[in-house]
Amino acid sequence: MMLIPCPWCGPRNETEFHYGGQADVSYPADPQAVSDVDWARFLFFRANTKGIFTERWNHQAGCRRWFTVRRDTTTNEIFHDDSHEAVTR
Amino acid sequence: MPRTPGADLPDHPDWLWNSPEPKSSYDVVIVGGGGHGLATAYYLAVNHGITNMAVLESGWLAGGNMARNTTIIRSNYLWDESAGLYEHAMKLWEGLEDELDYPLLFSQRGVLNLAHSLQEVRDSKRRVGANRLNGIDAEWLDADQVAEICPILNTSEDLRYPVLGATWQPRAGIAKHDHVAWGFARALDRMGVDLVQNCQVTGFDRIGDRITGVRTTRGDIAAGKVALAAAGSTSVLADELGLALPIQSHPLQALVSELLEPVHPTVVMSNAVHVYVSQAHKGELVLGAGIDSYNSYGQRGSFHTIERELTAAVELFPMFARAHVLRTWAGVVDVTPDASAIMGLTPFENLYVNCGWGTGGFKATPGVGWCYAHTIAHDEPHQLNAPFNLDRFTTGALVDEHGAAGVAH
Repeated sequence: MMLIPCPWCGPRNETEFHYGGQADVSYPADPQAVSDVDWARFLFFRANTKGIFTERWNHQAGCRRWFTVRRDTTTNEIFHDDSHEAVTR
Repeated sequence: MPRTPGADLPDHPDWLWNSPEPKSSYDVVIVGGGGHGLATAYYLAVNHGITNMAVLESGWLAGGNMARNTTIIRSNYLWDESAGLYEHAMKLWEGLEDELDYPLLFSQRGVLNLAHSLQEVRDSKRRVGANRLNGIDAEWLDADQVAEICPILNTSEDLRYPVLGATWQPRAGIAKHDHVAWGFARALDRMGVDLVQNCQVTGFDRIGDRITGVRTTRGDIAAGKVALAAAGSTSVLADELGLALPIQSHPLQALVSELLEPVHPTVVMSNAVHVYVSQAHKGELVLGAGIDSYNSYGQRGSFHTIERELTAAVELFPMFARAHVLRTWAGVVDVTPDASAIMGLTPFENLYVNCGWGTGGFKATPGVGWCYAHTIAHDEPHQLNAPFNLDRFTTGALVDEHGAAGVAH
Protein backbone atom coordinates (compact mmCIF):
# COMPACT_ATOMS: atom_id res chain seq x y z
CA MET A 1 0.00 0.00 0.00
CA MET A 2 1.30 3.42 -0.91
CA LEU A 3 1.69 6.28 1.52
CA ILE A 4 0.40 9.31 -0.33
CA PRO A 5 1.39 12.81 0.81
CA CYS A 6 -1.78 14.92 1.00
CA PRO A 7 -0.67 18.58 1.02
CA TRP A 8 -3.19 19.35 3.76
CA CYS A 9 -3.30 16.17 5.88
CA GLY A 10 0.21 14.77 5.42
CA PRO A 11 1.11 11.23 4.38
CA ARG A 12 -1.89 8.92 4.59
CA ASN A 13 -2.70 5.37 3.46
CA GLU A 14 -3.63 4.84 -0.17
CA THR A 15 -7.04 3.45 0.85
CA GLU A 16 -8.12 7.00 1.81
CA PHE A 17 -7.59 8.28 -1.73
CA HIS A 18 -9.30 8.17 -5.09
CA TYR A 19 -7.14 8.13 -8.20
CA GLY A 20 -7.68 10.84 -10.82
CA GLY A 21 -5.20 9.94 -13.54
CA GLN A 22 -3.09 12.32 -15.61
CA ALA A 23 -2.88 15.91 -14.34
CA ASP A 24 -3.38 19.10 -16.34
CA VAL A 25 -6.10 17.83 -18.65
CA SER A 26 -8.29 20.86 -19.15
CA TYR A 27 -11.75 21.14 -20.64
CA PRO A 28 -11.58 22.67 -24.14
CA ALA A 29 -12.00 26.44 -23.96
CA ASP A 30 -14.50 26.43 -26.83
CA PRO A 31 -16.08 22.95 -26.97
CA GLN A 32 -18.20 23.83 -30.03
CA ALA A 33 -15.08 24.55 -32.03
CA VAL A 34 -13.30 21.29 -31.22
CA SER A 35 -12.97 18.72 -34.02
CA ASP A 36 -14.00 15.07 -33.51
CA VAL A 37 -10.35 14.07 -33.39
CA ASP A 38 -9.50 16.63 -30.74
CA TRP A 39 -12.64 15.81 -28.78
CA ALA A 40 -11.63 12.14 -28.77
CA ARG A 41 -8.19 13.16 -27.56
CA PHE A 42 -9.72 15.12 -24.71
CA LEU A 43 -12.17 12.37 -23.74
CA PHE A 44 -10.23 9.15 -24.19
CA PHE A 45 -6.50 9.70 -24.67
CA ARG A 46 -4.16 10.13 -21.71
CA ALA A 47 -0.41 9.85 -21.33
CA ASN A 48 0.60 6.38 -20.19
CA THR A 49 4.03 7.25 -18.90
CA LYS A 50 6.54 4.66 -17.77
CA GLY A 51 8.58 6.61 -15.24
CA ILE A 52 7.74 9.87 -13.49
CA PHE A 53 4.07 10.73 -14.09
CA THR A 54 2.25 13.87 -12.98
CA GLU A 55 -1.14 12.79 -11.71
CA ARG A 56 -4.18 13.75 -9.64
CA TRP A 57 -5.39 12.23 -6.39
CA ASN A 58 -8.41 13.07 -4.27
CA HIS A 59 -8.25 12.63 -0.49
CA GLN A 60 -11.71 11.10 -0.49
CA ALA A 61 -11.76 9.78 3.08
CA GLY A 62 -9.95 12.84 4.48
CA CYS A 63 -10.13 16.49 3.48
CA ARG A 64 -11.77 15.58 0.13
CA ARG A 65 -9.53 17.95 -1.80
CA TRP A 66 -7.76 17.28 -5.10
CA PHE A 67 -4.01 17.65 -5.49
CA THR A 68 -1.22 16.79 -7.88
CA VAL A 69 1.81 14.58 -7.24
CA ARG A 70 4.67 13.25 -9.31
CA ARG A 71 4.97 9.47 -8.97
CA ASP A 72 7.34 7.00 -10.62
CA THR A 73 5.05 4.41 -12.26
CA THR A 74 7.73 1.74 -12.04
CA THR A 75 8.61 2.12 -8.33
CA ASN A 76 5.64 4.06 -6.82
CA GLU A 77 8.05 6.63 -5.36
CA ILE A 78 6.29 9.99 -4.93
CA PHE A 79 8.18 13.26 -5.31
CA HIS A 80 7.64 16.84 -4.21
CA ASP A 81 7.19 19.43 -6.93
CA ASP A 82 10.69 19.75 -8.31
CA SER A 83 12.62 17.45 -6.03
CA HIS A 84 14.28 14.24 -7.16
CA GLU A 85 14.09 12.77 -3.70
CA ALA A 86 11.08 10.64 -2.97
CA VAL A 87 8.97 11.73 -0.03
CA THR A 88 6.90 8.55 0.23
CA ARG A 89 6.24 5.37 -1.65
CA MET B 1 33.35 -40.53 -1.90
CA PRO B 2 29.96 -38.91 -1.11
CA ARG B 3 27.85 -38.00 -4.10
CA THR B 4 27.06 -34.34 -4.62
CA PRO B 5 23.36 -33.79 -3.88
CA GLY B 6 21.51 -33.42 -7.15
CA ALA B 7 24.24 -35.07 -9.19
CA ASP B 8 21.92 -37.92 -10.10
CA LEU B 9 19.28 -35.67 -11.58
CA PRO B 10 18.35 -36.52 -15.17
CA ASP B 11 19.53 -34.37 -18.06
CA HIS B 12 17.49 -31.35 -19.00
CA PRO B 13 14.63 -32.47 -21.23
CA ASP B 14 14.72 -31.45 -24.88
CA TRP B 15 13.93 -27.80 -25.42
CA LEU B 16 10.54 -27.21 -27.01
CA TRP B 17 11.98 -24.39 -29.09
CA ASN B 18 15.42 -23.08 -30.06
CA SER B 19 16.80 -19.65 -29.21
CA PRO B 20 18.20 -18.41 -32.51
CA GLU B 21 20.17 -15.23 -33.13
CA PRO B 22 17.91 -12.72 -34.85
CA LYS B 23 18.42 -12.39 -38.61
CA SER B 24 18.84 -8.96 -40.18
CA SER B 25 15.51 -9.10 -42.00
CA TYR B 26 12.10 -10.77 -41.86
CA ASP B 27 8.82 -10.53 -43.76
CA VAL B 28 6.97 -10.07 -40.47
CA VAL B 29 8.23 -9.12 -37.02
CA ILE B 30 5.90 -9.56 -34.06
CA VAL B 31 6.77 -7.49 -31.01
CA GLY B 32 5.83 -9.42 -27.90
CA GLY B 33 6.29 -13.14 -27.22
CA GLY B 34 3.24 -13.68 -25.04
CA GLY B 35 0.17 -15.70 -25.87
CA HIS B 36 -1.19 -13.21 -28.39
CA GLY B 37 2.13 -12.77 -30.21
CA LEU B 38 2.72 -16.51 -30.42
CA ALA B 39 -0.83 -17.30 -31.53
CA THR B 40 -0.65 -14.58 -34.17
CA ALA B 41 2.61 -15.96 -35.53
CA TYR B 42 1.09 -19.45 -35.53
CA TYR B 43 -1.92 -18.48 -37.63
CA LEU B 44 0.22 -16.31 -39.92
CA ALA B 45 2.22 -19.44 -40.65
CA VAL B 46 -0.64 -21.94 -40.84
CA ASN B 47 -3.40 -19.84 -42.45
CA HIS B 48 -1.32 -17.46 -44.54
CA GLY B 49 1.92 -19.33 -45.28
CA ILE B 50 4.23 -16.75 -43.73
CA THR B 51 7.22 -18.32 -41.97
CA ASN B 52 10.04 -15.84 -42.62
CA MET B 53 9.04 -14.29 -39.34
CA ALA B 54 10.36 -13.51 -35.88
CA VAL B 55 8.63 -13.09 -32.56
CA LEU B 56 10.69 -10.69 -30.43
CA GLU B 57 10.35 -10.91 -26.67
CA SER B 58 12.02 -8.47 -24.28
CA GLY B 59 12.15 -10.99 -21.45
CA TRP B 60 11.55 -14.72 -21.57
CA LEU B 61 8.87 -16.30 -23.70
CA ALA B 62 5.37 -15.99 -22.23
CA GLY B 63 6.69 -14.56 -18.97
CA GLY B 64 4.45 -11.50 -18.84
CA ASN B 65 0.68 -11.59 -18.56
CA MET B 66 0.62 -15.03 -20.21
CA ALA B 67 2.24 -16.38 -17.04
CA ARG B 68 0.17 -14.25 -14.69
CA ASN B 69 -3.47 -14.63 -15.69
CA THR B 70 -6.11 -16.75 -13.95
CA THR B 71 -6.63 -18.96 -17.05
CA ILE B 72 -10.38 -18.51 -17.29
CA ILE B 73 -11.92 -19.09 -20.72
CA ARG B 74 -15.49 -18.06 -21.54
CA SER B 75 -17.39 -16.32 -24.31
CA ASN B 76 -20.61 -15.14 -22.62
CA TYR B 77 -20.24 -11.46 -23.51
CA LEU B 78 -23.25 -9.23 -24.09
CA TRP B 79 -22.47 -7.29 -27.23
CA ASP B 80 -22.45 -8.90 -30.66
CA GLU B 81 -18.95 -7.62 -31.42
CA SER B 82 -17.46 -9.14 -28.28
CA ALA B 83 -19.49 -12.34 -28.54
CA GLY B 84 -18.27 -12.82 -32.10
CA LEU B 85 -14.62 -12.56 -31.23
CA TYR B 86 -14.68 -14.49 -27.94
CA GLU B 87 -16.90 -17.26 -29.31
CA HIS B 88 -14.58 -17.64 -32.29
CA ALA B 89 -11.78 -18.05 -29.76
CA MET B 90 -13.85 -20.59 -27.81
CA LYS B 91 -14.37 -22.71 -30.92
CA LEU B 92 -10.63 -22.63 -31.58
CA TRP B 93 -9.91 -23.59 -27.95
CA GLU B 94 -12.14 -26.63 -28.42
CA GLY B 95 -9.81 -27.96 -31.11
CA LEU B 96 -6.52 -26.49 -29.99
CA GLU B 97 -5.04 -29.50 -28.19
CA ASP B 98 -5.41 -31.59 -31.34
CA GLU B 99 -4.26 -28.75 -33.55
CA LEU B 100 -1.05 -28.19 -31.56
CA ASP B 101 -0.68 -31.87 -30.57
CA TYR B 102 0.18 -30.70 -27.10
CA PRO B 103 -1.65 -31.11 -23.78
CA LEU B 104 -3.20 -27.79 -22.76
CA LEU B 105 -5.26 -29.17 -19.85
CA PHE B 106 -8.26 -27.44 -21.42
CA SER B 107 -11.12 -28.27 -19.09
CA GLN B 108 -14.66 -27.16 -19.93
CA ARG B 109 -15.94 -27.16 -16.39
CA GLY B 110 -18.29 -24.21 -16.92
CA VAL B 111 -18.51 -20.74 -15.46
CA LEU B 112 -21.07 -19.28 -13.06
CA ASN B 113 -21.43 -15.50 -13.16
CA LEU B 114 -23.26 -14.69 -9.94
CA ALA B 115 -26.01 -12.12 -9.53
CA HIS B 116 -26.46 -10.48 -6.12
CA SER B 117 -29.11 -7.83 -6.76
CA LEU B 118 -32.35 -7.59 -8.67
CA GLN B 119 -30.71 -5.34 -11.23
CA GLU B 120 -27.95 -7.89 -11.72
CA VAL B 121 -30.58 -10.60 -12.15
CA ARG B 122 -32.24 -8.56 -14.90
CA ASP B 123 -28.93 -7.76 -16.58
CA SER B 124 -27.82 -11.37 -16.37
CA LYS B 125 -31.03 -12.68 -17.94
CA ARG B 126 -30.65 -10.12 -20.69
CA ARG B 127 -27.11 -11.36 -21.31
CA VAL B 128 -28.30 -14.98 -21.42
CA GLY B 129 -30.80 -13.97 -24.09
CA ALA B 130 -28.18 -12.10 -26.06
CA ASN B 131 -25.76 -15.03 -25.80
CA ARG B 132 -28.33 -17.48 -27.11
CA LEU B 133 -29.14 -15.24 -30.06
CA ASN B 134 -25.43 -15.35 -30.85
CA GLY B 135 -25.32 -19.15 -30.62
CA ILE B 136 -23.47 -19.17 -27.32
CA ASP B 137 -24.48 -21.67 -24.65
CA ALA B 138 -26.00 -19.83 -21.71
CA GLU B 139 -28.58 -20.52 -19.03
CA TRP B 140 -30.08 -18.65 -16.12
CA LEU B 141 -29.94 -20.63 -12.87
CA ASP B 142 -31.67 -19.82 -9.59
CA ALA B 143 -29.80 -20.10 -6.29
CA ASP B 144 -30.78 -23.76 -5.74
CA GLN B 145 -29.53 -24.75 -9.18
CA VAL B 146 -26.32 -22.83 -8.50
CA ALA B 147 -25.85 -24.81 -5.28
CA GLU B 148 -26.27 -28.07 -7.18
CA ILE B 149 -23.43 -27.18 -9.54
CA CYS B 150 -21.16 -25.67 -6.90
CA PRO B 151 -22.04 -27.10 -3.45
CA ILE B 152 -19.23 -25.24 -1.65
CA LEU B 153 -20.74 -21.88 -2.58
CA ASN B 154 -22.71 -20.19 0.20
CA THR B 155 -26.17 -19.68 -1.32
CA SER B 156 -27.95 -19.01 1.97
CA GLU B 157 -30.08 -15.90 2.29
CA ASP B 158 -28.24 -14.43 5.26
CA LEU B 159 -25.25 -13.18 3.26
CA ARG B 160 -24.72 -9.46 3.04
CA TYR B 161 -25.02 -9.86 -0.73
CA PRO B 162 -26.91 -13.14 -1.17
CA VAL B 163 -26.55 -15.19 -4.35
CA LEU B 164 -29.85 -14.68 -6.17
CA GLY B 165 -28.83 -16.80 -9.12
CA ALA B 166 -26.21 -16.99 -11.84
CA THR B 167 -25.65 -17.28 -15.53
CA TRP B 168 -24.10 -20.62 -16.52
CA GLN B 169 -21.95 -21.27 -19.55
CA PRO B 170 -21.13 -25.00 -19.56
CA ARG B 171 -18.51 -24.75 -22.35
CA ALA B 172 -16.44 -22.24 -20.39
CA GLY B 173 -13.51 -23.40 -18.30
CA ILE B 174 -9.79 -23.16 -17.76
CA ALA B 175 -6.55 -24.20 -19.49
CA LYS B 176 -2.95 -24.41 -18.39
CA HIS B 177 -1.63 -21.03 -19.55
CA ASP B 178 2.06 -22.02 -19.79
CA HIS B 179 1.21 -25.07 -21.86
CA VAL B 180 -0.75 -22.93 -24.30
CA ALA B 181 2.31 -20.76 -24.90
CA TRP B 182 4.63 -23.75 -25.10
CA GLY B 183 2.34 -25.53 -27.54
CA PHE B 184 2.31 -22.54 -29.88
CA ALA B 185 6.07 -22.00 -29.44
CA ARG B 186 6.94 -25.61 -30.25
CA ALA B 187 4.77 -25.54 -33.37
CA LEU B 188 6.32 -22.24 -34.49
CA ASP B 189 9.85 -23.50 -33.97
CA ARG B 190 9.10 -26.57 -36.08
CA MET B 191 7.83 -24.35 -38.88
CA GLY B 192 11.08 -22.35 -38.85
CA VAL B 193 9.77 -19.21 -37.16
CA ASP B 194 12.42 -17.49 -35.02
CA LEU B 195 11.47 -16.99 -31.37
CA VAL B 196 13.97 -14.43 -30.10
CA GLN B 197 14.07 -13.86 -26.35
CA ASN B 198 15.87 -11.15 -24.39
CA CYS B 199 15.37 -8.90 -27.38
CA GLN B 200 13.75 -5.61 -26.46
CA VAL B 201 12.42 -3.34 -29.19
CA THR B 202 13.67 0.18 -28.51
CA GLY B 203 12.50 1.99 -31.63
CA PHE B 204 11.39 1.79 -35.23
CA ASP B 205 12.91 2.48 -38.62
CA ARG B 206 10.62 4.34 -40.96
CA ILE B 207 10.47 6.16 -44.25
CA GLY B 208 7.86 8.82 -43.75
CA ASP B 209 4.83 7.01 -42.38
CA ARG B 210 6.00 3.61 -43.62
CA ILE B 211 7.59 1.33 -41.03
CA THR B 212 10.58 -0.57 -42.38
CA GLY B 213 12.02 -2.27 -39.32
CA VAL B 214 12.67 -2.27 -35.61
CA ARG B 215 15.63 -1.31 -33.47
CA THR B 216 16.36 -3.75 -30.71
CA THR B 217 18.80 -4.45 -27.93
CA ARG B 218 20.15 -7.18 -30.23
CA GLY B 219 20.57 -4.99 -33.30
CA ASP B 220 18.43 -3.49 -36.04
CA ILE B 221 16.03 -5.81 -37.83
CA ALA B 222 14.39 -4.92 -41.13
CA ALA B 223 10.77 -6.00 -41.45
CA GLY B 224 8.15 -6.00 -44.18
CA LYS B 225 5.50 -5.68 -41.50
CA VAL B 226 5.64 -5.01 -37.77
CA ALA B 227 2.86 -6.16 -35.47
CA LEU B 228 2.64 -5.00 -31.86
CA ALA B 229 1.43 -7.51 -29.26
CA ALA B 230 2.97 -6.05 -26.15
CA ALA B 231 -0.01 -5.58 -23.78
CA GLY B 232 0.94 -3.26 -20.89
CA SER B 233 4.11 -2.07 -22.64
CA THR B 234 2.39 -1.02 -25.87
CA SER B 235 2.34 2.68 -24.97
CA VAL B 236 6.10 2.70 -24.46
CA LEU B 237 6.55 1.36 -28.00
CA ALA B 238 3.92 3.62 -29.55
CA ASP B 239 5.47 6.67 -27.87
CA GLU B 240 8.59 6.05 -29.99
CA LEU B 241 6.43 6.85 -33.01
CA GLY B 242 4.38 9.58 -31.39
CA LEU B 243 1.37 7.29 -31.84
CA ALA B 244 -1.20 8.06 -29.14
CA LEU B 245 -3.24 5.11 -27.91
CA PRO B 246 -6.21 5.33 -25.50
CA ILE B 247 -4.78 2.82 -23.05
CA GLN B 248 -3.66 3.04 -19.44
CA SER B 249 -1.38 0.45 -17.84
CA HIS B 250 -2.49 -0.84 -14.45
CA PRO B 251 -1.42 -3.64 -12.12
CA LEU B 252 -3.75 -6.63 -12.09
CA GLN B 253 -3.14 -8.98 -9.20
CA ALA B 254 -3.86 -12.65 -8.78
CA LEU B 255 -3.05 -15.21 -6.12
CA VAL B 256 -3.09 -18.91 -5.36
CA SER B 257 -3.60 -20.99 -2.26
CA GLU B 258 -1.58 -24.03 -1.31
CA LEU B 259 -2.45 -27.29 -3.10
CA LEU B 260 -5.78 -28.62 -1.88
CA GLU B 261 -7.94 -31.66 -2.58
CA PRO B 262 -10.37 -31.03 -5.44
CA VAL B 263 -13.20 -29.05 -3.86
CA HIS B 264 -14.23 -26.54 -6.49
CA PRO B 265 -15.87 -28.11 -9.54
CA THR B 266 -16.29 -25.08 -11.78
CA VAL B 267 -15.36 -21.41 -12.22
CA VAL B 268 -17.23 -18.82 -10.14
CA MET B 269 -17.17 -15.11 -10.89
CA SER B 270 -18.89 -12.32 -9.02
CA ASN B 271 -18.87 -8.78 -10.32
CA ALA B 272 -20.74 -7.32 -7.35
CA VAL B 273 -18.53 -8.51 -4.52
CA HIS B 274 -15.75 -8.81 -7.07
CA VAL B 275 -13.76 -11.97 -7.03
CA TYR B 276 -13.30 -14.90 -9.40
CA VAL B 277 -12.21 -18.34 -8.32
CA SER B 278 -11.32 -21.63 -9.91
CA GLN B 279 -9.19 -24.56 -8.83
CA ALA B 280 -6.24 -25.51 -11.00
CA HIS B 281 -5.61 -29.13 -11.98
CA LYS B 282 -2.71 -29.31 -9.55
CA GLY B 283 -4.99 -28.27 -6.68
CA GLU B 284 -4.36 -24.63 -5.91
CA LEU B 285 -7.27 -22.24 -5.70
CA VAL B 286 -6.70 -19.47 -8.24
CA LEU B 287 -8.23 -16.11 -7.36
CA GLY B 288 -8.37 -12.77 -9.08
CA ALA B 289 -10.30 -9.52 -8.93
CA GLY B 290 -9.98 -6.05 -10.42
CA ILE B 291 -7.09 -3.78 -11.29
CA ASP B 292 -5.36 -1.49 -8.83
CA SER B 293 -6.70 2.00 -9.48
CA TYR B 294 -3.46 3.78 -10.36
CA ASN B 295 -1.27 3.63 -13.47
CA SER B 296 1.73 1.38 -13.03
CA TYR B 297 4.37 -0.62 -14.87
CA GLY B 298 5.62 -2.17 -11.65
CA GLN B 299 4.16 -5.72 -11.84
CA ARG B 300 3.09 -5.30 -8.24
CA GLY B 301 -0.08 -4.05 -6.63
CA SER B 302 -1.32 -2.94 -3.25
CA PHE B 303 -2.21 -5.32 -0.44
CA HIS B 304 -5.64 -3.87 0.28
CA THR B 305 -6.77 -4.96 -3.18
CA ILE B 306 -5.99 -8.56 -2.26
CA GLU B 307 -7.57 -8.18 1.16
CA ARG B 308 -10.83 -6.98 -0.40
CA GLU B 309 -10.88 -9.83 -2.88
CA LEU B 310 -10.25 -12.43 -0.17
CA THR B 311 -13.00 -10.94 1.98
CA ALA B 312 -15.40 -11.54 -0.90
CA ALA B 313 -14.03 -15.03 -1.51
CA VAL B 314 -14.44 -16.12 2.11
CA GLU B 315 -17.97 -14.71 2.22
CA LEU B 316 -18.93 -16.76 -0.84
CA PHE B 317 -16.88 -19.84 0.07
CA PRO B 318 -16.77 -20.13 3.89
CA MET B 319 -14.47 -23.18 3.72
CA PHE B 320 -11.76 -21.03 2.10
CA ALA B 321 -11.23 -19.36 5.48
CA ARG B 322 -9.02 -22.33 6.31
CA ALA B 323 -6.89 -22.03 3.16
CA HIS B 324 -3.67 -20.03 2.97
CA VAL B 325 -2.36 -17.61 0.41
CA LEU B 326 0.72 -19.20 -1.10
CA ARG B 327 1.74 -16.64 -3.70
CA THR B 328 0.49 -13.30 -5.01
CA TRP B 329 1.72 -11.46 -8.07
CA ALA B 330 0.69 -8.83 -10.60
CA GLY B 331 0.84 -8.27 -14.32
CA VAL B 332 0.67 -4.98 -16.18
CA VAL B 333 -2.58 -4.77 -18.12
CA ASP B 334 -3.51 -2.15 -20.69
CA VAL B 335 -7.03 -0.88 -20.14
CA THR B 336 -9.13 1.06 -22.67
CA PRO B 337 -11.96 3.49 -21.90
CA ASP B 338 -14.63 1.06 -23.18
CA ALA B 339 -12.96 -2.08 -21.74
CA SER B 340 -12.69 -3.59 -25.22
CA ALA B 341 -9.52 -4.36 -27.10
CA ILE B 342 -7.92 -2.48 -29.97
CA MET B 343 -6.88 -4.64 -32.91
CA GLY B 344 -6.22 -3.44 -36.41
CA LEU B 345 -4.44 -0.97 -38.63
CA THR B 346 -2.59 2.13 -37.45
CA PRO B 347 -1.89 5.50 -39.08
CA PHE B 348 1.49 3.98 -40.07
CA GLU B 349 1.87 1.76 -43.12
CA ASN B 350 2.98 -1.80 -42.27
CA LEU B 351 2.40 -1.28 -38.55
CA TYR B 352 -0.40 -3.14 -36.80
CA VAL B 353 -1.58 -2.92 -33.23
CA ASN B 354 -3.17 -5.41 -30.87
CA CYS B 355 -3.58 -4.03 -27.36
CA GLY B 356 -6.11 -2.94 -24.78
CA TRP B 357 -7.13 -6.44 -23.74
CA GLY B 358 -7.01 -5.22 -20.18
CA THR B 359 -7.98 -7.94 -17.77
CA GLY B 360 -9.44 -10.38 -20.30
CA GLY B 361 -6.87 -11.28 -22.91
CA PHE B 362 -6.04 -14.91 -22.12
CA LYS B 363 -9.40 -16.36 -23.08
CA ALA B 364 -9.18 -14.64 -26.45
CA THR B 365 -5.69 -15.95 -27.30
CA PRO B 366 -6.43 -18.21 -30.29
CA GLY B 367 -9.14 -15.85 -31.58
CA VAL B 368 -6.73 -12.94 -31.41
CA GLY B 369 -4.11 -14.96 -33.24
CA TRP B 370 -6.55 -15.91 -35.99
CA CYS B 371 -7.94 -12.40 -36.54
CA TYR B 372 -4.71 -10.46 -36.06
CA ALA B 373 -2.91 -12.78 -38.49
CA HIS B 374 -5.64 -12.07 -41.05
CA THR B 375 -5.30 -8.32 -40.42
CA ILE B 376 -1.53 -8.45 -40.94
CA ALA B 377 -1.60 -10.77 -43.98
CA HIS B 378 -4.36 -8.89 -45.84
CA ASP B 379 -3.62 -5.41 -44.56
CA GLU B 380 -7.24 -5.13 -43.52
CA PRO B 381 -9.12 -6.36 -40.45
CA HIS B 382 -10.94 -9.67 -40.29
CA GLN B 383 -14.68 -9.02 -39.97
CA LEU B 384 -14.54 -10.17 -36.33
CA ASN B 385 -11.99 -7.56 -35.28
CA ALA B 386 -13.16 -4.76 -37.58
CA PRO B 387 -15.30 -3.22 -34.78
CA PHE B 388 -12.25 -3.12 -32.51
CA ASN B 389 -10.44 -0.49 -34.56
CA LEU B 390 -8.58 2.47 -33.15
CA ASP B 391 -10.89 4.92 -34.96
CA ARG B 392 -13.87 4.01 -32.78
CA PHE B 393 -12.72 6.43 -30.11
CA THR B 394 -13.14 9.23 -32.63
CA THR B 395 -16.29 7.98 -34.38
CA GLY B 396 -17.95 7.10 -31.09
CA ALA B 397 -18.74 3.50 -32.15
CA LEU B 398 -17.49 2.13 -28.83
CA VAL B 399 -17.88 -1.51 -27.80
CA ASP B 400 -18.90 -0.66 -24.29
CA GLU B 401 -18.31 -4.01 -22.67
CA HIS B 402 -17.51 -2.34 -19.35
CA GLY B 403 -21.15 -2.02 -18.44
CA ALA B 404 -21.97 -5.33 -20.06
CA ALA B 405 -19.28 -7.55 -18.62
CA GLY B 406 -19.12 -5.68 -15.36
CA VAL B 407 -15.76 -5.44 -13.75
CA ALA B 408 -14.64 -9.04 -13.88
CA HIS B 409 -13.40 -9.62 -17.38
